[in-house]
Amino acid sequence: MLATTFISLQGFWFALLGVLWAGFFVLEGFDFGVGMLMRFIGRDDGERKAVIGTIEPVWDGNEVWLIVAGGATFAAFPSWYATLFSGYYIVFFLILLGLIFRGVAIEYRARREEQRWRSAWEIAILLGSAVPAFLWGVVFANVIHGVPISSSGEFTGGLLDLFGGYAILGGFVSLTLFAFHGAVFLTLRTKGKVRERAKLAATLLALPALSLVIVIFNRSAAASGAVDGKWIAAAVLAGIAGLLLALSLGLARRDRDGFAFAATALAVCSTVASFFVGLYPSVLVSSTSAANNLTAFSTSSSHHTLWVMTIVALIFTPVVLVYQGWTYWVFRARLRGDPLPGTTGSGGTSSRSSG
Amino acid sequence: MTVAVTTLELSRWQFATTIIFHFIFVPITIGMGLFVASLQTAWYFTRSDRYLRLTHFFGQIFLVNIALGVVTGIVQEFQFGMNWATYSRLVGDVFGAPLAIEGLLAFFLESVFIGLWVFGADRLSPRLHLLTIWAVAVGSVLSAYVILAANSWMQHPVGYRINPVSHRAEMTSLWAIMTNGILLEGFAHVISAAIVTAGVLVLAIAAYHLIRRREVELFTHAARLSLVFLLVGGASTIAWGHFQGQLLVREQPMKMAAAEALFTTEKPASVSLFAITPWSNPSKNDFNITVPHLLSFLNDWNWNSKAVGMNELQSEYAAEYGAGNYKPNVPVTYWSFRIMTGVGFLFLGWAALGLLLVRRRRLESTRLYLLGSIPLVLLPFVANTTGWLLTEMGRQPWIVNEVFKTSDAFSHSVSVAWVAFTLGGFILVYSVLALVETGLVLHIVRGGPVPVSKEDREEGGKLLRMGY
Repeated sequence: MLATTFISLQGFWFALLGVLWAGFFVLEGFDFGVGMLMRFIGRDDGERKAVIGTIEPVWDGNEVWLIVAGGATFAAFPSWYATLFSGYYIVFFLILLGLIFRGVAIEYRARREEQRWRSAWEIAILLGSAVPAFLWGVVFANVIHGVPISSSGEFTGGLLDLFGGYAILGGFVSLTLFAFHGAVFLTLRTKGKVRERAKLAATLLALPALSLVIVIFNRSAAASGAVDGKWIAAAVLAGIAGLLLALSLGLARRDRDGFAFAATALAVCSTVASFFVGLYPSVLVSSTSAANNLTAFSTSSSHHTLWVMTIVALIFTPVVLVYQGWTYWVFRARLRGDPLPGTTGSGGTSSRSSG
Repeated sequence: MTVAVTTLELSRWQFATTIIFHFIFVPITIGMGLFVASLQTAWYFTRSDRYLRLTHFFGQIFLVNIALGVVTGIVQEFQFGMNWATYSRLVGDVFGAPLAIEGLLAFFLESVFIGLWVFGADRLSPRLHLLTIWAVAVGSVLSAYVILAANSWMQHPVGYRINPVSHRAEMTSLWAIMTNGILLEGFAHVISAAIVTAGVLVLAIAAYHLIRRREVELFTHAARLSLVFLLVGGASTIAWGHFQGQLLVREQPMKMAAAEALFTTEKPASVSLFAITPWSNPSKNDFNITVPHLLSFLNDWNWNSKAVGMNELQSEYAAEYGAGNYKPNVPVTYWSFRIMTGVGFLFLGWAALGLLLVRRRRLESTRLYLLGSIPLVLLPFVANTTGWLLTEMGRQPWIVNEVFKTSDAFSHSVSVAWVAFTLGGFILVYSVLALVETGLVLHIVRGGPVPVSKEDREEGGKLLRMGY
């Protein structure tokens, strides 16, 4: 049953959205982590320059994954997009404010020398990373845990329905997961003292991230009903995510930075995969009544639109992956926090290639 | 019922506020992107210091603007779902596609390559680095095309059908949507206007320095280039705007009748030069100065053709779609049109005057012209905004012309209080960002272009490194 519905255009687009969100969380996840850790791992201006320098050339491209995920949801599942964004109105507003301040802060921080200017933008980067990192967890926890949705597919709850215990837990999961992912990314992309501190941060963050992932999967498993094929698939993916997180800590401590980063990236992917498998075929769970759940089939666009968009996606996605991947190759050199004035943070030559 | 109306009204205010703010940065990004890419191309082929310095200097201003364009753009994509959920459900099948395509085709290109351009100068060959700025420029132009495709569908829906069961719009032809007549002409008009915006911005900055007699040779050159941008862009904006108007007379006659404050059908029709019209639900002008025959001529090159007035269109719409007011706000539509075209012609004249001074080699010494060029920098934004006011306010009461009404499109689950809260939040945040951004641009302008060292000259690498 599950297999047959997955082999449908709706199933394909549901899976594709899983891929887009996974891409967004892997890439912007470490951007968020780097943003949150910047002021702690970089102790002076030169070091902070190096820390932010690891994401400066790429953060903008990473954020487009969100734009495409949003646009694809709109095109393929208009009613999902409509109920999600209008229902979680205030959550998305706060995410937007975070992303606005963060984006501007990354671009403007270095443009003036004054200490006050830099500190203000660094705090904007910190909050602009932490707030969306937390709230994305809130959003996805609510999607699968359920909020009040009426039979006409409208959100009927209030503010407190969006910030229940499970949602807050989800927020802390994504917050710590991205912080850990960002710390591991920094160990891969920096050298010297900055890298040592990033490694320490990764060590400190691994256990909270792993425990929170385990806690939320246990709560999800307990809340869901029968143990069926879907349940097992989601549980296996969750287990893989947990193992990968533990593995990445071990690899980071042994200075296998590239593999450690691959492990956290895959852990993020497995977490997203577990979520999407567990959710399917629903796209938004209603806590009012299971009959009010929005599904991939009740919210999708017409067959024709899904076909057209499939062709568009199959043509352009590989092209994007090639040039975005190439960007990471161009900026593969490790950065060091150089205290000398007038030097550029990312000017250091490559001593170790990534991966 | 009152509550619903208020959510609707505040959602409209919020959309207008956020999109007007966003569209301050969009034309700068497109126009300055093309300008900076042209400068870097000139440097690549001539290896002349002046192009290297100008690329770096105007590149900084371009970057400060693109940051705000990017972050305010995300708001727009989310806002359809947040505030216009009913609209999103009704038309997502058609309207969502261009938004998704924009991200995949255009925004990725722009956002990935901007990082390479800013930080990649010392890692890429000069040729590859030149290609990155062109990828950014092409990305922003493509982005405009696809977003305008979505907007044009709201103005003149094509390539769709209404599902008889769900009453939702469904796509039947993406090709039709992407080759909508109003899109092709609107795109040419918008890109031309972006070139004008960049031209005026560069001219004003050059004038600022020329008045202070700083870097006279360099900024005289920049001013000349900007005048070419301004003349070509200005003429093209006006020409495409005119063709667009002629098409709109057929496709959105009510919008164009409102833009001309034309209440009664006339044959031949006269153009209004100055009309005073009541604010709400008018059926005639209080005062009007007209030029006979001219509207007929502008509409279809025929001095004696008929132009249908708003009162006749109102009766036709009421007969077809039921009772209701089908006239947009006439004063807003009428004056937006006049302000926009007025600014357009002013720019064209200003460019011609400037080029005349260039011919006489007096541009850099004509203080009055330079002084006049500085306040001009505000006018592209006035014209860009009034252009969109005409387009969007002139379409009312429809959200999708003659298919769905704006009053049926808002989010029912979002309370008035929340929209008021977010509207206030956006106004506050955007005001702060506008102040910071303006301060930063002025800071860069005042700082002026940096000098070129010997090693810069050899490779061009260091100076073209836009980041710090």
